[in-house]
Amino acid sequence: MTSVRLLVGTRKGAFVLTADGSRKNWDVSGPHFAGWEIYHLKGSPADPNRIYASQSSGWFGQQIQRSDDGGKTWNAVDNTFAYDGVPGTHQWYDGTPHPWEFKRVWHIEPSLTDPDMVYAGVEDAALFQSKDGGKSWAELAGLRGHGSGPHWQPGAGGMCLHTILLDPKDPQRMFIAISAAGAFRTDDGGATWRPINRGLRSEFMPDPTAEVGHCVHRLAMHPTRPEVLYMQKHWDVMRSDDAGNSWREVSGNLPTDFGFVIDVHAHEPETIYVVPIKSDAEHFPVDGQLQVWRSKTGGNDWEALTNGLPQSNCYVNVLRDAMCVDTLDSCGVYFGTTGGQVYGSADAGETWSTIVRDLPAVLSVEVQTLT
Amino acid sequence: MIRVVLPSHLKKHASINGEVTVEIEGPATQRALLDALEKTYPILRGTIRDQGTQKRRPFLRFFACQRDLSHDAPDALLPDDVVRGTQPFLIVGAIAGG
Repeated sequence: MTSVRLLVGTRKGAFVLTADGSRKNWDVSGPHFAGWEIYHLKGSPADPNRIYASQSSGWFGQQIQRSDDGGKTWNAVDNTFAYDGVPGTHQWYDGTPHPWEFKRVWHIEPSLTDPDMVYAGVEDAALFQSKDGGKSWAELAGLRGHGSGPHWQPGAGGMCLHTILLDPKDPQRMFIAISAAGAFRTDDGGATWRPINRGLRSEFMPDPTAEVGHCVHRLAMHPTRPEVLYMQKHWDVMRSDDAGNSWREVSGNLPTDFGFVIDVHAHEPETIYVVPIKSDAEHFPVDGQLQVWRSKTGGNDWEALTNGLPQSNCYVNVLRDAMCVDTLDSCGVYFGTTGGQVYGSADAGETWSTIVRDLPAVLSVEVQTLT
Repeated sequence: MIRVVLPSHLKKHASINGEVTVEIEGPATQRALLDALEKTYPILRGTIRDQGTQKRRPFLRFFACQRDLSHDAPDALLPDDVVRGTQPFLIVGAIAGG
């Protein structure tokens, strides 16, 4: 029997939400790791019972938890994230050199084929890899060692590596994004990297079209067409048709092109979703109306999806890892808010319902489609 | 036998109820105490002191015998009452909130 499992990370713990394929009635378990910040949880595509979670705390540091039974029980694995060699410096907010310091794991990306292989994107920005189910971690230092590294600078949320996309067609290729350095691609399994930011324009930079320094908020791809990438930048929704070699803006008729999330319909590679947020100074929806906007043309032409979402007095944010889609025939779309709501749509965004209303601030939402 | 009281989050994290006790061989210092604690409970590595620098995590404090030992050198001897087990060594999370 088909079912879905939502993995929700919040400021004060993790929650696992499950439903059958109708996605009408939800069972909520949690909080797991109560009181800890859970930046991200994600299940292995190769073994859905294998789930990794990033558990962190300003007091007690970073932990990585692993479940081998679909989130019922958890065990801490290794939490040693040591930068390779002498870490060196990046730029601080004021432009002065600042030593690289590990703070937390923002994003976990399990391998598409091996349950024991998993990647972790961390703050200060770096990419780590485990080949043994999280028992040990090693930095893929070619990224941070890119010549532009000393010029990377943190965004307001910290200098975080928050997006990792694995190319299903080419195991040697992956894409990552860093706030506020930009997007990068490797074609050799992580040994070497190149910035892929041509076409981005960021007015807050001295050179708005510089090779690095852009505050990329999120990347998304459709697994059948990994050369096409979508990006929610700080401002601007962007699209690349050549694996990031060049980008063009597709913000079109969006009410604002600031936002954090972006995702792609599971069965329609040209159908994409964003949640417009008023501005970088006002992190809430325009006019207090929470709206998902959908383009069925790969950008430029957008429509508001509001049925079931609050259309007055709503001043929440939707953070960069807090939207996902399932792979059921009628694509499910889910997102969580800083107000603690998790919304779901079982009909590709036409109608929405509140799955749970009063969680701690939601940091991330991932979904597993289970058969 | 040294008694250690952990903050509630770490007790839960390590599945500990109440106080824990640790045995130290050699000089009874903060470093030796934390080494012994982490040896008994490896899951606590990195939660009390940074794994790389071995420095106390900034939002934790060490109290004992009505004194703040947080800024004592790692190799300073612990108070006699802690070493004898008549007073616990308290690891305290800094208060936050508003």
